[in-house]
Amino acid sequence: MSKLYDVIIIGAGPAGLSAGLYAGRARLNTLIIEKAREGGQIVNTADIANYPGSVEGESGASLIERMKNQAKQFGAETVYDTIIDAELSGEIKTIKGLADTYQAKTLILANGAQPALIGCPGEKEFTGRGVSYCATCDGAFFEDLEVYVVGGGDAAVEEAIFLTRYARKVTIIHRRNELRASKSIQEKAMENPKIEFMWDSVVKGLSGEELLDTMIVENVKTGERREVKADAGDGMFGVFVFIGFKPQTQLYEGKLEMENHYILTDDNMRTGIPGVFAAGDIRAKSLRQVVTATADGAIAATQAEKYLAE
Amino acid sequence: MLTVDKETFEAEVLQAGDYVLVDFFGDGCAPCASLMPAVEALSEKYGDKIKFTKLNTTQARRLAIGQKILGLPVIAIYKDGVKVEELVKEDATAANIESMIKKYI
Repeated sequence: MSKLYDVIIIGAGPAGLSAGLYAGRARLNTLIIEKAREGGQIVNTADIANYPGSVEGESGASLIERMKNQAKQFGAETVYDTIIDAELSGEIKTIKGLADTYQAKTLILANGAQPALIGCPGEKEFTGRGVSYCATCDGAFFEDLEVYVVGGGDAAVEEAIFLTRYARKVTIIHRRNELRASKSIQEKAMENPKIEFMWDSVVKGLSGEELLDTMIVENVKTGERREVKADAGDGMFGVFVFIGFKPQTQLYEGKLEMENHYILTDDNMRTGIPGVFAAGDIRAKSLRQVVTATADGAIAATQAEKYLAE
Repeated sequence: MLTVDKETFEAEVLQAGDYVLVDFFGDGCAPCASLMPAVEALSEKYGDKIKFTKLNTTQARRLAIGQKILGLPVIAIYKDGVKVEELVKEDATAANIESMIKKYI
């Protein structure tokens, strides 16, 4: 523990970096704490087409790189640490990380969200051994192999189409008998000869020797379960999961008011605790996009400045 | 950090005799790219005590699968040709990597 910051921002995704930029520009002593790497979920996105002003061929990573540099230019510091406890009440807020303890007069919580898990046996053990949540990261490992995509929304169907670049066959496993994805994306998938569908189905188990080679699929209508085995020549297959996101709010449970595990704030990003703000996907709100995350970050930082002045 | 490839992995990692850290990354893997600076920073801090290497799996797909790696990023520690510990994807955070390194130095 060393200095007392004006503002500590937790998370370096679009919301956190935007807050860092605004706070730095306001000459607040600003620290951004990031668990692993800047960017949050957005770095997993190969193509950012709907962020106003994003350049052609913009990827999540390239956009974040520029946001990061911008925040740094205005003086925001960054440390890499995993937060294990947060003391939110009181005038001085204390954040305990694995590596160090940090203190600030205000906090901006921008932890974001992470991919939701299937929650079936074997999922954790086989993450990185056949189970993935990032097609651009891991798709290439499945060249000429079979791949299953779990989910039926835009992300699932778009990533399934992307995976046909590598995989021999891509089967979309969806709990309903029709996709939720937008029409134009659905059409592309239906036309793709490499894509097949397993309707009304959910994954109930994942297993294998060292790499994933077996999956239990249940038909939600009949309750019938069947075992899907890897082709003997392949010896393995991939399961890519895109079934939405889960807010990273475990640290704040019982401390802040939430709705469905998302933090409730007012229009000024204020939580129920004075000096504590929330921004980005961690908030209860109707649209979770880069553009709304950066807006939240800007508002939160401006409100933190106002709070400090009072 | 020493860049290794499918030709040099055997000599530089498996036959190295001592503990070796390997950062497995890939071309399309944005989380790998954003994790790299944190690993580079750790290599400056611990580079004299443990050998730091990185392998682009996009050019060494079979080698990676042979090492039971099907998901990125992975930060692994090897000793005498055996992977003794690894941190995969979300677990590969700067703090976790540092505490893993501390176990072997």
